[in-house]
Amino acid sequence: MRSKVVLARLARNPQARYGLVALLLLLLLAYVGPFVGAHTWTDKDFLAFLEPPSAEHWWGTTQIGQDVYAVTLRGMQKSIVIGFLVALFSTGLAALVGAAAGYFGGWVDRALMWGADLLLVLPSFLIIAILSPNLKGGSWLWFVVLLAAFSWMITSRVVRSMTLSLREREYILAARYMGIPGWRIILRHVVPNLSSLLIIDATLNVSAAIIGEASLSFFGFGVQPPDVSLGTLIAAGSGQVTGYPWLFLFPAGLLVLLVLSVNLVGDGLRDALDPGSNQ
Amino acid sequence: MPILEVNDLNVTFRGGIKAVRGVSYQLGQGEVLGIVGESGSGKSVTSLAVMGLLPPGAEVSGSVKLHGRELLDMPEDELIGLRGKTIGMIFQDPLSAFTPVYTIGDQIAEAVRIHQKIGKDKAAKRAVELLDLVGIPHPDVRAKAFPHEFSGGMRQRAMIAMAIANDPDVLICDEPTTALDVTIQAQVLEVLKTAQRETGAGIVMITHDLGVVAGIADRVLVMYAGKPVELGTVDEIYYRPRQPYTMGLLASIPRMDRPTARLIPIDGNPPSPAALPPGCPFAPRCPMRVSACDEAEPDLERIGPGTRMSACIRSHEIELKGLDGATIYPVPEAPAETAEPRPRAERDTVLSVENMIRHYPLMKGAVFKRRVGTVHAVDGISFDVAEGETLALVGESGCGKTTTLQQIMQLEAPQGGTVVVLGKDSATLARADRKALRRDLQIVFQDPMAALDPRMPVGDILAEPLRAHGHKDIGARIAELLSLVGLDPSHAQRYPQHFSGGQRQRIGIARALALEPRLIVLDEPVSALDVSIQAGVINLLEDLKVRLGLSYLFVAHDLSVVRHLADRIAVMYLGRIAEIGTVDEVYGRPAHPYTRALLSAIPLPDPDLERSRERILLEGDLPSPADPPSGCRFRTRCPKRALLGAEEARRCAEEEPSVVRLAPVVDHGAACHYPEEAEVVVTSRH
Repeated sequence: MRSKVVLARLARNPQARYGLVALLLLLLLAYVGPFVGAHTWTDKDFLAFLEPPSAEHWWGTTQIGQDVYAVTLRGMQKSIVIGFLVALFSTGLAALVGAAAGYFGGWVDRALMWGADLLLVLPSFLIIAILSPNLKGGSWLWFVVLLAAFSWMITSRVVRSMTLSLREREYILAARYMGIPGWRIILRHVVPNLSSLLIIDATLNVSAAIIGEASLSFFGFGVQPPDVSLGTLIAAGSGQVTGYPWLFLFPAGLLVLLVLSVNLVGDGLRDALDPGSNQ
Repeated sequence: MPILEVNDLNVTFRGGIKAVRGVSYQLGQGEVLGIVGESGSGKSVTSLAVMGLLPPGAEVSGSVKLHGRELLDMPEDELIGLRGKTIGMIFQDPLSAFTPVYTIGDQIAEAVRIHQKIGKDKAAKRAVELLDLVGIPHPDVRAKAFPHEFSGGMRQRAMIAMAIANDPDVLICDEPTTALDVTIQAQVLEVLKTAQRETGAGIVMITHDLGVVAGIADRVLVMYAGKPVELGTVDEIYYRPRQPYTMGLLASIPRMDRPTARLIPIDGNPPSPAALPPGCPFAPRCPMRVSACDEAEPDLERIGPGTRMSACIRSHEIELKGLDGATIYPVPEAPAETAEPRPRAERDTVLSVENMIRHYPLMKGAVFKRRVGTVHAVDGISFDVAEGETLALVGESGCGKTTTLQQIMQLEAPQGGTVVVLGKDSATLARADRKALRRDLQIVFQDPMAALDPRMPVGDILAEPLRAHGHKDIGARIAELLSLVGLDPSHAQRYPQHFSGGQRQRIGIARALALEPRLIVLDEPVSALDVSIQAGVINLLEDLKVRLGLSYLFVAHDLSVVRHLADRIAVMYLGRIAEIGTVDEVYGRPAHPYTRALLSAIPLPDPDLERSRERILLEGDLPSPADPPSGCRFRTRCPKRALLGAEEARRCAEEEPSVVRLAPVVDHGAACHYPEEAEVVVTSRH
């Protein structure tokens, strides 16, 4: 019942509609686009190094003859997957840990917040840098786990303090007096009432994760060659932006579009979930 | 010549919301004008417009003249010179009206020094005098206290002291006693009257409480949907209302002095100021509506001799036929009692509380917490609720009502004593039993907005208890529940915020009923609602009780509502029960001095009675529950103790009275060594 109402409200919001359409188009481009192009991302055309966009190579070629169109789309796939997975994991973890700490209180609260504080004081960049050589050959999913593990703590502290005030609300009391178990109350009443915060947080996390992935990749700790991501492509193209702008502009432009459309959808979802917002 | 003259005042907020539409009134020297109306009727906005305190973006038109000078187009710096000097204002919430970082004395002295050229020490002395005038004990010491060190009633007195600091000609009081307990309210109203005598100011008294207005006002202006609908002297308005809304409002109040079988609600809700109906805004709710009502909005017109005004095209007819609220409004039918209830002793006991204790430790220190005291929130109370009965728990804030409720609802072992719900002792319940028992014990909360999860459509809210207890066919049950409480079943997909306060409270009641409980705890279920809406919800609660065979534990501070709804009443004071018994006994022959003071402090919506009533004013505030007085807890404020001899008074200080049955046959007990037997509520002559 509720999801139906939320979807109807989401469809009525023009910004969210544009964002959703743009996001769907980008996903379509990333996952269907490679089948349309003439080259695959592993192909190397030794007759065309650093060629500008042409009918043969739509977005030009790189210094080793790779098709920029194919490579960029491949990188976008990776960036989308990493961005969304990291955002999902870190926001979900933040919501659950924060809400559980705030709702149950006592030793649960102390243990969880001690863990969050510990992760906060550890230098995450360094730890990921040290750990990732050991994970070479392992799946890139480890990279997602590491990025997520170091980005949930501050949100979870905010969630905890908001839960502390929510816990005293009468509708939470009412649910408790109805005999509904604590975990159900957290999932049904606490987390949805924090959804505005969580959705904004998740949206920011998508772009933060993509940027974090890019900077780690730049130093060679993130996505490892021959695999590519938008981050590694931007890093590689940024040095030649004046002479060979297509190397930089296509991945960077797609990154901007991606983050923008995710943000628009996030705003729209927040308005749809929050019955107090004016539509 | 009037001091304050308001003519055709209009206030429009952004988005075309007409909050005030054509308000006119005059206020003379030493006169008290009561402005009454329900929430959203524009009464507060009117006074803010007079003070020039509206937020930017509000369009104000019309005229406001103070001593013949127009205020509306006066430049801001001149207005500042008037505010606090010629016009004083008293707000509802005295805590937010004081700056927390300065002492009360400093803030009053500041108010004096801004408008008068006097020295610092003189201003400080004047502040102490003012605090003395409003009845604050040890004013020289208390002037050095910070706002948080004052209780609510004391802060409101200090607020009055500040408002009268410069001998204003006009005092605007916006719900000055709404946030206070009745005994404190009685004190503060008394102080207001003193302040008026001292300054000779005209007072504009804005309130929704018709009892307060009856006691203090000379003339009354009734507002509805931003428009004045009736104006007259207090006697005219109360005894001969000539406008259907006023008539309905007066008929819908539960009366402590004149209990009636059935309250008369006004159907429907006040219109939204953004979408006013064409014609008379009250027409959709009016029982006297004719087709002409929808054509044009009636203006406030003079009826009869004098300054009597009414905005209704049928006022003359009402006058001629001598109609009143009880005759024009349909009285809702009471549900038929199925059978004569069995005597109380033969019925099952659904809730029994025996010597229940709840103490909170008072901790100090950040790293090493140590216990520095104990808050005696509930200190050994006993009562029981029989099947099909309503027991009301009344008392002022801080007396332990809420703690008692929470202890019962938690279904866990209390610190001391026992709580037995439907024959099961809460201390010995296993987890599964506790969940099963929750089916039979439900709660309705005070604030209808906070009690419903704003993120859930109403259907989901009602489905929640059903799902938790494994019901099937939830959709049908939701529709059934919604129609049971008088709502449209097709509204299940709406969010709580799309409903008005009264409707939300009905949803709260529907949720409590979902599992077909036997005992419902009502935590101030109508105190957040407007009078005209309140009557409908009270009637609903009564109907449901009879139809579903429910028992209620009803917590309230409004003794008029209690008299109407309850069968038995328990009066609490500082964590103990002061008096308990059937409603007729306790209201008719209150034995405990606290109950007597409480009953006498309630303002009655009857000007004659209010004028002739003898009030028992209690002194001071509730003592801290962390340090209750020895012996009888009420002895520090007891008006009776002054009349006792030294020997008798010592007994009050040394021995704590327990509830004693006053006579062997009646259901009435009081915790007083020297109980009394005499009537306190005078019945109306009308």
